[in-house]
Order: sequence, then structure tokens, then C-alpha cells
Amino acid sequence: MSAPLKARRPINVKTEPINGFKGIDLGDGTQLLSMRMALCQALYEEMKRDPTIFIMGEEVAEYNGAYKVTKDLLKEFGPGRVIDTPITESGFTGLAVGAAMTGLRPVIEFMSWNFSLVAFDQIISNASKMCYMTGGMFPIPLVMRGPNGAGPRVSSQHSHAVEALYSHFPGLIVVSPSTPYDAKGLMKTALRQQNPVCFLENEMLYNYEQELPVGEYTVPFGVGEIRREGTDCTIVGINRCVHWALEAAEALAKDGISCEVIDPRTIKPLDIDLIVASVRKTHRCVVVEECYKTGGVGAEVAAQLMERAFDDLDAPVGRVTTTENPMPYAANLEHETLPKPHRIIKAVKLACYR
Amino acid sequence: MSTNPAPLFQVDAAAVRQEIGRERLITLYRRMLLIRRFEERAGQAYEAKKIAGFLHMYIGQEAVATGFYDHLDSRIDSSVTTYRCHAQALLLGLDPRELMAELYGKVTGNVRGKGGSMHFFSKEKKYLGGHGIVGGQIPVGTGGAFSAKYLKTGGISVTFLGEGASPQGTFHESLNIASLWGLPAIYVIENNRYGMGTACHRASSVTDIAALKAPGYNMPSFTFDGLDLYASWKAAQQAVAIARTNRPVLVEAKTYRYRGHSVSDAALYRTKEEVDSYKALDPIERIKSDLIEVKWQTQAELDAIEEAVMGVVRDAVKFADESPEPPLSELYRHVYAEEA
Repeated sequence: MSAPLKARRPINVKTEPINGFKGIDLGDGTQLLSMRMALCQALYEEMKRDPTIFIMGEEVAEYNGAYKVTKDLLKEFGPGRVIDTPITESGFTGLAVGAAMTGLRPVIEFMSWNFSLVAFDQIISNASKMCYMTGGMFPIPLVMRGPNGAGPRVSSQHSHAVEALYSHFPGLIVVSPSTPYDAKGLMKTALRQQNPVCFLENEMLYNYEQELPVGEYTVPFGVGEIRREGTDCTIVGINRCVHWALEAAEALAKDGISCEVIDPRTIKPLDIDLIVASVRKTHRCVVVEECYKTGGVGAEVAAQLMERAFDDLDAPVGRVTTTENPMPYAANLEHETLPKPHRIIKAVKLACYR
Repeated sequence: MSTNPAPLFQVDAAAVRQEIGRERLITLYRRMLLIRRFEERAGQAYEAKKIAGFLHMYIGQEAVATGFYDHLDSRIDSSVTTYRCHAQALLLGLDPRELMAELYGKVTGNVRGKGGSMHFFSKEKKYLGGHGIVGGQIPVGTGGAFSAKYLKTGGISVTFLGEGASPQGTFHESLNIASLWGLPAIYVIENNRYGMGTACHRASSVTDIAALKAPGYNMPSFTFDGLDLYASWKAAQQAVAIARTNRPVLVEAKTYRYRGHSVSDAALYRTKEEVDSYKALDPIERIKSDLIEVKWQTQAELDAIEEAVMGVVRDAVKFADESPEPPLSELYRHVYAEEA
């Protein structure tokens, strides 16, 4: 199940809410929401359902969230459940692990995933390994969320994409939604299971609007989605790159190249079956992601395609990633660093020997 | 080194002994003895190559945890510690068989042979475990205190750490949060003088860590002689009472480990004379001679305790030795939670 990628109309910013958990009811069983509203609604609904869920992080309460994802939650749930922390990522991440071991279901917000690196030891050595090293005694039902990937012109230290990094470790779930529909459905799934989840949002998609069902739904982990059907080349896009891949596919169609765009939605578990099925049809594949090329998600997809669909490939698997340099500030350099449509088009043409 | 050593928490040994009472003191003695004999036997098993990896001994430090756990209610109070985690598990009453079996890497072990010496845990007793990264457990313990307050259980959390962990950022971050949010948390620094091979004064800007750092977190502190069970027991009693009012406490036990950092450490960074000077203050021997002196135990009764404890340890070793290794089907089990 899914929702149309484009809403029938935009939110009227003069008369309608642009954040908070209340969607704009369109009267036909659907509601109009931005990505940030969809996330907020998922948190609101799950916090209503389960009193052990609390949200904690820098500026999540009184400031309503640095990116307004937690807007109005303090008003609804009070300071006992929507908690401003000091700037202390390692401290509050470890605290959340301890809370998850003692009956609670924490949601922590990293103001951006760049700052999760301060808490890396808590995420890896504690959250990801706890269930295993306790022989299953202490599962860690923890959701770690926040924006991931390059922001607008914020240069080297604020532009990390961490899908590949966190996917490396057994024990973690890595979620990277590209639409409001998926963000809401995946967040609800994350809050109803027992494992630590890295929930990777994207600042540049927070204003992306979509029509969602008014009723209850969830999106399972490990099930990808075909965003556009095609016959000549499969493009696997991660998060924001799904939209760049769709842009590239549109342009390539004019050149007579038909692309199938796949959105895995979760990186761990990865819906490799869906990708393999697509490649059996197109015989070509290009992976587009904001991580680096070395050890990136594309490297993993390419390796798994080699294992699963070696004889089906008519060209080497292409990888369009963030180029292997820290993100530069200058506009032209930033543009060239990111895996944008012009680079995707080039890679698809190379795969198609055109 | 600090120029003004912190005054040690003073106790009247006779008065505390009276307060603890005969039966309870015998129990505490027996618990300390079990910790020591369990670890001595584990050390032998290590020599015999039955146990591998790391094995960090608590020998010499027994009075610290023993004093604290006597004031905790494991139905509501959580605790967490370092990789030196055997004593806490024994004090919580975990079965010595499953603990020894864990050291032996057997499926009957405390965590099914997946953790080893550094990772004992108990969900039932709210033991958030032994942790292998220095300082990594301090925020986890803070989380235990957070849950107790959130769920209004009346419980507290006790986080043990070595003095070698106090320079870590997690120590500062945890104490700041605990104080800021009024969490029912006790942080017990077990200052055994060496972080692996580095003496405290070579690693920390101050050596009286609790006394000098607690004011910076607006927290009360106690510094006591960790080789003295009476001091430990009394300091714990007071710290627990404060923590139950949702106020964190920083405690420092001046203690000593007789063995190296782990079994592979020859401890060449200190002299035999230094080690012997602490052994002369042995916490278990001290209680033993007290029990005789005040005529709460005869030598024959103490011998019987010794024999009973050795019996428990021998039984644990036998169980561990005879237990099967984990089946290979365990390899991928528990990487993710098994849904209920």
C-alpha cells in the first residue's frame, strides 16, 4: 500500500497549519500533511496509545523541535514525556538505552545525525549489541531519529549520510523514508517492535507534502516500493535520492531510456528480492545514495546483485554517491558533490552503453 | 594530586556492627567470602584454560558492593557496573552455577555463553549488567534511575564505575543530567588506585574525585574507606536514603584490587610491598576476626561457612564443566529481539 507521490494541492500556508500533528482533512478519507507533520502525527498517535513512549532530545519540547517535528507534543503530553535535554548526545543516548532496559520505550531526537557520532559508542557498543550479549534478556526498544544527509549549504560537519555506517552493525534497524506516507507508517512500526532503530529523516524533505489516509496504517520493515516502472535500467534510490532518481528517469524517458525506480525504504533489513526481481527484467542497475562510494549502500547492493543475479546483469552496477570529499560550502562544489540528476543520467547512460 | 585529601566518612565500627546485627553480619561475611572463593576458583580455571578472554577480578574490593547491595531492593532498584561484574551478580543472588557456566562459555551460562566474564545480567533483578567499555555503563545506569522516576516505582539506580572512568565524558554527562533532573541515582566510584596500569594521579586532575567533583554537579558526596565493610554499609545506607528522595549522590570508595587489571596483567606498575600493605587491611579477614572477637562466631562455625561456600563454588565448577557448549543454532539468535 502507498499514497500518490504528488498531492492534489499544496498546503495553503496562509490559512492551514504547516506543522504539528493535525493533518488537513480533505474530506474523502485522506489528509494533507508535510513530512514533518506525518512524523509528528505518528509520534502523537503512538504516544497516545502507549504511555511508556517518551521523546527526548535537544530543543524537542519548549522550542517545538529544531525542525518542528515535535511541534505541540509538549503541550499535549507535558514535560514528563517530552523532554528537553542538555547538549549531551552520549549521555541521553545511553540514558535511553538504560530506560529501554527498564520498561520504557524512548524516542530520542538527534538534532541531526551528524551529532549521533558523539554518541557512537552508546549506539554501537550498547544499543546494537545489548540483546545479543544478554542472550536475548534485554531487547532495546529504542527509536533514534533526526535529519540525515546534506542540509542546504552547511558544509563538511553537518552533511553526513549515515545509512551505510549504521547498516554495518548487526542489531540495528536502519530506516530511510522518502515520503510522508512511509515516514508515518515506518515510525509506527518502529514504535511497536523491540529493536533499536536508526530512523533517518531528511531536512530537505520535511516540507514535502502528500495525501495520507486518515485511518490507521503501518509500513513494514524490509519491504521496498517500486516508485516508477520501467524496462531498461533499475535505479535504486535512497531517501532524498529517490526524488532525484525520478527526475532523472523523467529526463531519460525523453531519450528513450525506460527506468524503473526502486525505493527500498529500509536499508536494514534490505528488500533485495525486489531489487533482484527488477534487475531480472532490466538487466541493469544504478544505485543512488548520499553516502560515500567506499563501503556505501551501493557497494552492498552491487555485491548482493553479484551474488544473486550475476548472470542477469548486462552491465556493471553503477553507483552515484556523494563524491569522496567532505562536503564543500561553495554552491557549485556542493552541487557536484551530491548525487543529483545530472550525475544519475550520466551513470544510467553508461550502464545502457548509450 | 589534590593537596587537601578529602576527609573519610567516619563510622563507629562497634555501633555499625550492632546496627547490622549478628545474623546479618554473618550473611554479609558469607557473601564476601563467596565472591572471593568464586573468583579464586575462576582464576584457577583460567590457568587450566577452561576460561579465556578477559577475567577482571574484584578480589580486595568485596566490601564495597557488599555494603551497597544490602540496602537495595532488586524488585525496584536497578544496578549496573563495569567489566568487573561478578560480585554484583553474586550479591543479587544469581545462581553461581549459571555465572561459572558463563565464564566457561556454556549454553547454560547467565547469557547463554554469549557474554563471558564482562557481561553478567539479570532482567529479574534489574541488573543492567557488566559493561566492557570504560564509562559506557554510566548513562545506562542513569537511564535506570530515569525509568524509576518516570514509572514512579520508588526505586533507585546504583552505577558502579572505576576511578579510571571518571575522566570519560559519559561521567560528566550523566552526573549533569542526574542532578538537573533530580534522578534517584547513586554513582559509586570504586577507586582502586589504578586504571589498568596508570595510577590515579597520572590520569585525573584530582584524586579525591567525589569530594572535589560533586559540588560541580550540586550533588552530595561521601568518600569512605572501601576496605572497611562497616564504612561501606553505613555510607550506602545514607546514600540510598538520599537517592530515594530523587536526589543523586556521588560516592567514592578508596579501595584496592589485589590482582592485576585482568588476569593477563602482571601489575609491574606497583610494588609487592604496596600490595601487601593493603592485604594487611583485608576486608574479609577483618570481619572474620571481628566475628570471633565479639563471639558472634566460633572458629568451628567460620570453618563451616568456609566449607559451605567452597561447596557452592565446587558445585558451580562441576556444573560449568559438564554443561554443553551453545549449539551453532545460537549463532544468529538474539541479534534481533524474538517477538513475544
